[in-house]
Amino acid sequence: MSKIYVSTTVNGRPEDVLCEAHQTLLDLLRDEIGLTGTKEGCGTGDCGACTVLLDDRLVCSCLVLAPEADGKEITTVEGIADSQDGLHVVQQKLLEHAALQCGVCTPGFVVAAKALLDRDPNPDEKTIRYWLAGNLCRCTGYDKIIRAVQDAAQELTPTK
Amino acid sequence: MSNFGYVAPATVEETLAVLQQATDQGQRTQILAGGTDVIVQFRSLDNSHRLFVDIKSLKETNDVRIENEHIFVGAAIPSGVLNENAELKALFPGLLEAADLIGSTQIQGRASIGGNLCNSSPAGDTIPALIVNSALCVLATNEGTRTVPTENFVTGVGRNCLAAHEFLLGFQIPRPSAGTGDAYLRFIPRTEMDIAVAGAAVSLTINHDGICERARVSIGAVAPTPLLVSSAAEALVGTTADEDALQQAAQACSDAAQPITDKRGTVEYRRKVVGVLCRRAGTIARDRALSNRN
Ligand SMILES: Cc1cc2nc3c(=O)[nH]c(=O)nc-3n(C[C@H](O)[C@H](O)[C@H](O)COP(=O)(O)OP(=O)(O)OC[C@H]3O[C@@H](n4cnc5c(N)ncnc54)[C@H](O)[C@@H]3O)c2cc1C
Ligand code: FES
Ligand code: FES
Repeated sequence: MSKIYVSTTVNGRPEDVLCEAHQTLLDLLRDEIGLTGTKEGCGTGDCGACTVLLDDRLVCSCLVLAPEADGKEITTVEGIADSQDGLHVVQQKLLEHAALQCGVCTPGFVVAAKALLDRDPNPDEKTIRYWLAGNLCRCTGYDKIIRAVQDAAQELTPTK
Repeated sequence: MSNFGYVAPATVEETLAVLQQATDQGQRTQILAGGTDVIVQFRSLDNSHRLFVDIKSLKETNDVRIENEHIFVGAAIPSGVLNENAELKALFPGLLEAADLIGSTQIQGRASIGGNLCNSSPAGDTIPALIVNSALCVLATNEGTRTVPTENFVTGVGRNCLAAHEFLLGFQIPRPSAGTGDAYLRFIPRTEMDIAVAGAAVSLTINHDGICERARVSIGAVAPTPLLVSSAAEALVGTTADEDALQQAAQACSDAAQPITDKRGTVEYRRKVVGVLCRRAGTIARDRALSNRN
């Protein structure tokens, strides 16, 4: 069958690409659009390394078909830092807390944690842990990641 | 010929026409909702050619209609979206908790209760909760819509009553009467992200004299399909749903289970656990029912 034309918006930029019906959004982002920040850990929805926002909802891009991106707005880790303000506070805090080693899980954690703080700038530890339960990390033991997100929340709501 | 395709029809009629045409041409079709089973299985079990028919663009599959007698819930609504609907949560807390158990935040951005039912796994978490709420499955067919009670929908492991050119639009659920409460509990070895070893859902209605007038009990992951356990319901009706009655309902669930032994648990263990879950879910459902009597 012929390729499918997909017109989508990634990090605010229009992208017009051709894809196959059975490619995933993760393949589309990495292989067709060239945004390799989003990682593939498992390809089966278990690890969260491929996390992106699809029309403002957190999804595993490995479990979205590429043609489903047509007409949608996608945010990847490349769209989180701001060219003027620099790193997002979540990214800054992950750095400060040394909350990464190999870094393969980090883009997923950044996108997921930012989405949480956008909804709830003042989450408790349990909320953070449940929200991030679909993001696996084989290196850090999670604790530093949770502390970094708590610290980022503190910075966003200093009155806490 | 490489034969993968993807279509996202805009109407029910168009969807049925696509399904019919593909069936006539001998092309395999697969309905796509949130894709959290479809894409995992495509990758790990069977990557053969097919036409993906995405039903997420249809008005009907995304609809929530809360009416006097019935509530309609579209088949394709992600569980994360359902759980943001306070009215639905107040009506069917047990069903929404079951949906909320499925996967991580990311999975909940996609996974639907329609997909959970149509995947027809013995361990599908929302199926017992749909059954105890007497949900009718509303199917789109070439002859118009037809309805099937949820307890009759799943016919075997991964099998259901859908014909090749039919699909699920959503669920029609009777509005719970005053004094009704539901609950669903499952047991998993971890605290998050796992498949049920056993699950039990209970819905009951308690009248002003404190007597249980109506009960439905359903168990999951302990038989080839989720089961409606009428003997457990009978043990509750006419009682105050006290510890004794709940213990009898629990025993009825253990007796009705036909579990298998696998890495998640043995036959004996599953039988015991499903009874415990019935008793605990029954306690929650009873307390909810009592607080809904007004
Ligand atoms: C990491 C992870 C964790 C999970 N955890 C759980 C869990 O805890 N409990 C659990 O029960 N499941 C779990 N699942 C499985 C899955 O997420 C659920 O079954 C989910 O509800 C499926 O919904 P979906 O919308 O993604 O369905 P899809 O994958 O789109 O579809 C599932 C099946 O139903 C068919 N289908 C879908 N919608 C329709 C329709 N409207 N009409 C006809 N056929 C249809 C499809 O063709 C397919 O066969 C998990 C999956 C993953 C990846
Ligand atoms: S690569 Fe998508 S969840 Fe692991
Ligand atoms: S830093 Fe290596 S997986 Fe998280």
